[in-house]
Amino acid sequence: MTVDLEMAEIAKVFFQESREGLDVMESGLLSLGATADSENINTIFRAAHSIKGGSATFGFAEVAGFTHGVETLLDEMRNGVRPVTAEAIQTLLQACDCLREMIAATEAEQPLDQVRIASLNGDIKHILGEANEAPAPASVPAPAAANEAAVTGAASEPSGWHVRFEPVADLLRLRNEPTRMFAELRRLGAMVAHADASRLPPLDALDPESCYLSWSIDLTGQIPRGKLDEIFDWVDSGCRLEFTPTGGPAPAAPAPGAKASAQPQAAAIDGWSAATKAASPTEAKAAAPADADRSAPAGAPVQKASGDSGSIRVATEKVDNIINLVGELLITQSMLSSFADGIDPNDLDRLRQGLSQLARNTRELQESVMQIRMLPISFAFNRFPRIVHDLSRKLAKKVELKLSGEGTELDKTVLEKISDPLVHLVRNALDHGLETPERRVAAGKHETGTLELAAFHEGGNIIIEVRDDGAGLNKAKILQKARERALVAPDQELTDEQIDNLIFMPGFSTAEQISDVSGRGVGMDVVRRNINDLGGHVQISSKEGLGSTIRIRLPLTLAILDGQLVRVGKEIYVISLLAIVETIQVARERVNTLVGRTEVFRLRDEYLPVVKLCDQFGVEPDSRSAEDGLLVVLEADGKRVGVLVDDLLAQQQVVIKSLESNFKSVAGIAGATILGDGTVALIIDAPGLISSAAKQGVGAVAAHAA
Amino acid sequence: MSTAKPTSVADKAAAESSEQYLTFMLAGEEYGVDILRVQEIKGWDKVTRIPHTPDYVLGVINLRGAVVPILDLRRRFGLETIAFGPTTVVIVVRVMSGRDERTVGVVVDAVSEVYNVDAADTKPPPDVCGTVDTVFVKALVTIEEKMLILLDIDRLIGNSIADELAPGAAVA
Repeated sequence: MTVDLEMAEIAKVFFQESREGLDVMESGLLSLGATADSENINTIFRAAHSIKGGSATFGFAEVAGFTHGVETLLDEMRNGVRPVTAEAIQTLLQACDCLREMIAATEAEQPLDQVRIASLNGDIKHILGEANEAPAPASVPAPAAANEAAVTGAASEPSGWHVRFEPVADLLRLRNEPTRMFAELRRLGAMVAHADASRLPPLDALDPESCYLSWSIDLTGQIPRGKLDEIFDWVDSGCRLEFTPTGGPAPAAPAPGAKASAQPQAAAIDGWSAATKAASPTEAKAAAPADADRSAPAGAPVQKASGDSGSIRVATEKVDNIINLVGELLITQSMLSSFADGIDPNDLDRLRQGLSQLARNTRELQESVMQIRMLPISFAFNRFPRIVHDLSRKLAKKVELKLSGEGTELDKTVLEKISDPLVHLVRNALDHGLETPERRVAAGKHETGTLELAAFHEGGNIIIEVRDDGAGLNKAKILQKARERALVAPDQELTDEQIDNLIFMPGFSTAEQISDVSGRGVGMDVVRRNINDLGGHVQISSKEGLGSTIRIRLPLTLAILDGQLVRVGKEIYVISLLAIVETIQVARERVNTLVGRTEVFRLRDEYLPVVKLCDQFGVEPDSRSAEDGLLVVLEADGKRVGVLVDDLLAQQQVVIKSLESNFKSVAGIAGATILGDGTVALIIDAPGLISSAAKQGVGAVAAHAA
Repeated sequence: MSTAKPTSVADKAAAESSEQYLTFMLAGEEYGVDILRVQEIKGWDKVTRIPHTPDYVLGVINLRGAVVPILDLRRRFGLETIAFGPTTVVIVVRVMSGRDERTVGVVVDAVSEVYNVDAADTKPPPDVCGTVDTVFVKALVTIEEKMLILLDIDRLIGNSIADELAPGAAVA
């Protein structure tokens, strides 16, 4: 049935939104530890409320029931009834975890972990039970609250509104929630609502997703019209909505009346949700009003949380497809341009004009499509406050986590693949790096350790640093371990840096005790491999007693490159613009030979080895002598070389195509791309070329010397 | 140049138990590849050379956005090379190399026929040849008094790439 399918689709959105909501709750709860500001609690509360509302709508009663308890606790915190304690936060965090599992189980249609749910529910009840001993205005049922408000409303200068609200049947499908509007209204003043169920069809004709109810609402209190508009302004224009001011002093009578008639209103609200899920209006009338009352003072935001970020959810596959198509489009466009050069000159101008427009459009399209793939690194960083919070508790260490550069954007693929390595690094830093408070104090440091995660741009790369001010690496122990495991020859001398980087060797762990946090020695080599797979690089530097810094360098994107096209003989190669320092014409007197073989070029006060691409790649060049060509100065890993090419061609963005997908990786080649004429051009792997040139140069000199 | 000639064995019933092979000519010998592996047949076109590869890897081409390597089968078998002529074609096949499927083009002298080959009619290759190349021969079969050499392209092409893969990966 299509309705079932549609429901499944909507439910999927609910699951996704719930997970996002839980993330919001979690990050809110973690920052709550430091400052208990009401805005923060509100945010957490709203997230919980959305999950509850959604799960009730979809009939996930257990999720809704559990969230209800969480929500009640949060509500009390929000109203200042319940102090924000570390225990409460911990319980709520556990509740988040539990909810996440419940949602996963519900989605997979697996049974729920009833024991855990019950025990957490007990914890929450326990906290709530304590709170109930204190006067708790928030838990006063709504009718009484309405009554109070009505009384105060009557005492002050009274005026009010009569609201007639007849929503379109699609109201619920458009993801509006009348209960929220009523909750908002109730905050403005005493409210008496009457639900009109006369439009309800017989049970067999009832569409559970439609809204058949309409309401007439009396509001008492000094309420500006704007406030009402604000509440209803997101309701679809198809709804019938009337505001009639009920001016003059309010009669004293509504006060008791409010109490009496608030109940039918509550029943009506509950009737709506019951009608939605159970499709039974009779049952709705029988439903207890108390339940609706507790959920009613929601104070929910007018907009759904998911709408705030202005983001859309797109499958990566689809985006990749578009990227490929745009690449093809670019190729077609250049094909047309070259075609235009050879036809009737009379039409040429118009054609050229059109083509240049096409060129601009395609380029812009490509840029914006590429932008879709870029996500802020906060997606990866956001999980760390929780991880650090939990781990520091478990390890009895005091840690302050500092994040910086969360807004730095990088490619989605890179982002996804860097997440797990980062978790490893953070866990390691906490477990091995930072010391216990006692040891820190003994070492003359502040008892709270600092862990910093920073992301920033450097050159064309993204740098991510994981810094801790812990004990640093124990070089002696690492070296000893490495010798024990025959990773290093007994007589081999290593620099400090080399020793530090031994930890990236497979099967290496110096933790004296293997904990469930880290220490099995499978982490660091995997970390390095994952990062290398992304075309990145990882390095550690450490000072004993002062801490360690792990530095990860990653490419911005895996899909596109700003390239310089160069020609050697008949072949065209692409060099990443980021690797090019400068391009120079070579003067004969600046080129010298070293030991008669390796040529070096004097650039200002530096001698650069000259790499002849023609020799490297076995291509027949226009000329072998340096002064006929151009020298492209490349830099990678702090080393520079001059690469000799015959000519420089255009600079353009190229779409990187893998050579490996149908062939294999080739030394000195980073990949391939397709040029405007449809031919393939190889992309030069600058770091690879530089290191192999260095080896060859050394080899040549050594061979000559020998 | 686009497709091979229609099947010359018209016995459709026999086709049930048999496999179809596309055959091509190479230095006067007729070779067959499983037609289900053949993606397309295209004319010879300029390739982009790749450094540090064996001579039988002619280079790569752009096949509708994918970068596809082109192998010269004459060079692969160590046969005398000839200038590419009007019948020279590239047969684009899908091969398994390790766990991955790859698309690879092979240059042959000409495409020939499509035959139905009954598995019962095939003979194992004689192992007396002693040359490396025979490991790529899946079977021999006689059709219309001609000997067809049925190739195991996974071994032939997959290995041609994979053999090089290990040192190549080590450098990267």
